[in-house]
Amino acid sequence: MTAVEVDDIRKSYGELKAVDGVSFTVAEGEFFGILGPNGAGKTTTLEIVEGLRRPDSGSVRLLGEQPWPRNQRLLPRIGVQLQASSFFEKLTAKEQLQTFGSLYGVSAGKAAEYLELVGLTDKANEQENKLSGGQRQRLSIACALVHDPDIVFLDEPTAALDPQARRNLWDVLREIQKRGKTIVYTTHYLDEAEILCDRVAIMDHGRILAMDAPAVLVRGLDAPTHVTLQKGTLSLEDASVLPGVDESHENEVSLSISTRQPAKVLATLAERGALDGLQVRTATLEDVFLQLTGREYRA
Amino acid sequence: MTAFKSLSGAMFKGFFRDRLSLFFTFLFPLMFLVIFGLLFRDAGADKQKIAVVGDGPIVTAMESSGIFEIQKFTDSSAAVATVKAGDLPAALIVHGSRLDLRFAASDQQAAAVVNGIMNGFVDKANVMATGQQPAFELSSEKVEDSSLKPIQFLTPGILSWGVSISAVFGAALTLVSWRKKQVLRRIRLAPVSPTTVLSSRLLVSIGVALLQGVVFVLVASTPLFGLQLHGQWWLAIPLLMLGTLAFFSVGMLVGAFAKSEEAASGAANLVIMPMAFLSGTFFPVENAPGWVQTVSKLLPLRHMNDGMLDVLVRGKGMEALAVPASVLIGFTLVVGFVAARVFRWED
Ligand SMILES: Nc1ncnc2c1ncn2[C@@H]1O[C@H](COP(=O)(O)OP(=O)(O)OP(=O)(O)O)[C@@H](O)[C@H]1O
Ligand SMILES: [Mg+2]
Repeated sequence: MTAVEVDDIRKSYGELKAVDGVSFTVAEGEFFGILGPNGAGKTTTLEIVEGLRRPDSGSVRLLGEQPWPRNQRLLPRIGVQLQASSFFEKLTAKEQLQTFGSLYGVSAGKAAEYLELVGLTDKANEQENKLSGGQRQRLSIACALVHDPDIVFLDEPTAALDPQARRNLWDVLREIQKRGKTIVYTTHYLDEAEILCDRVAIMDHGRILAMDAPAVLVRGLDAPTHVTLQKGTLSLEDASVLPGVDESHENEVSLSISTRQPAKVLATLAERGALDGLQVRTATLEDVFLQLTGREYRA
Repeated sequence: MTAFKSLSGAMFKGFFRDRLSLFFTFLFPLMFLVIFGLLFRDAGADKQKIAVVGDGPIVTAMESSGIFEIQKFTDSSAAVATVKAGDLPAALIVHGSRLDLRFAASDQQAAAVVNGIMNGFVDKANVMATGQQPAFELSSEKVEDSSLKPIQFLTPGILSWGVSISAVFGAALTLVSWRKKQVLRRIRLAPVSPTTVLSSRLLVSIGVALLQGVVFVLVASTPLFGLQLHGQWWLAIPLLMLGTLAFFSVGMLVGAFAKSEEAASGAANLVIMPMAFLSGTFFPVENAPGWVQTVSKLLPLRHMNDGMLDVLVRGKGMEALAVPASVLIGFTLVVGFVAARVFRWED
């Protein structure tokens, strides 16, 4: 079953084509990521899909229903976290959840459960404006989930979080997926998407440049693997003639080898006992982005 | 229904946790009530001051009349000196049956009043002295309730004004802040009608207006001010509600245009302050030029004021609500309609 079906949507603001012919589908239970730098059109795309904005052209189906115009049957089945977190004034974390829940006819008792899910139980009676950035994000996600929707849309839930908070949030997102929800989320962090998503769409200038499972995208690159050793472990001359080595160079601290046959190179290095300070870096989505756009990825 | 109930609950909590809105809703109008109440406390009870030398039946009658504030002197030259100095408007010197009234020509009006009153006293005493029944008798009383002190005028006016502040600000600031903080967009994605959300906020405003009514009336009723409610004072309750509706719709209109909270409060003030003056909240507009009276009659606050005054202190009944209620309802419908047309979910 497809949860989300987007067909060639477009949206312009004056001359600017914010979304320029985007199509994708998301299966039920899938974790789908939309990646791209600032201004790529992620939020606009997401908001069109949610039914908050009307596309200039193209169509969207969520669970077989049209989200625009405002579709009362669909609304209880989707949960949305907007890019800027939206809360009622002067209410505590728990009251926010209860209030948002009440919009969907959810009983007040549910609030505690979702506070626990996002790890905010001890902040239940804290007013929203006294929470840290990460705590607000988590509360915002809880507010999107409190009515137990089938599809969850999250716009940059991990933005502006410290590494620890990001990892905590990843656990929350995985837990949501485990509960059988379909997740569509946007992020700047390619590394994060690579870890979390079943499939990703890489966007730039309002278009999708590539879309697939992260591993498939990376593999399809035919990009070299970089092997780094402590300097002096092996001489530059020896390194350059190892079987499978494409290229090698050296600086003050290390020797770097690039190869398309990492297994072969690593085996030879192991044979020679030359593994001091070994680091292996394979291609990432950033390399995919670099190849697709010809420019370095800068979130 | 549950959405409406819990939304109203949430908004009540939000309102009472916001110190600034509490201040502008309760303390700010109360400050005006207290200041004006104290300032004008004795204004209605001005007594005629006079210096008196000597004694007699006339002086006794003057004392018991309560019209005079008598200052006694033993020496007639000292009494005349205070009149000359302008401290008192007149001095009465009693020599048995002869009464000398010395007044300062510099304050002609006061002098004329004293002269008139004294003449009355003397004539009455003369008639009594002849032992005849007086041929004519004049009994006079104010047309308003005899206890109509300034606080009786002030309280209805300041209450109406306070309600207009809380309703306009409440609606405008809520709308702007919700739009800015994306709460409106978020609500749009929930299966609840915007009407439900708005009416729950309106319920908060109505509750606040009723609470203002209770608090202001209680404060004004303390012995310090001495407000006395009359007749069917409870008719003020529907009037408070209708006034809230009218000013809430004004707030919705302001909130639809304002981009920031600052702009919203600026615009709200710009609406409320001139309206308060023109509606006679602080000073009666009866003596103002004709065009002011005309403008005044177009303002909802003026009609709310009039209605409040009628039912709270003039002791009038249901019929006094007819005009204010129809004006407020009409105003709500028109402004509410416009506000709904210009309503925006997002910037
Ligand atoms: N309401 C609007 N009016 C005019 N231009 C807009 C509007 N919303 C978005 N844009 C423009 O459309 C483009 C895409 O914006 P969008 O918010 O979708 O980007 P994004 O990928 O979400 O960026 P970010 O990572 O910064 O959130 C941007 O150039 C933005 O300036
Ligand atoms: Mg965005």
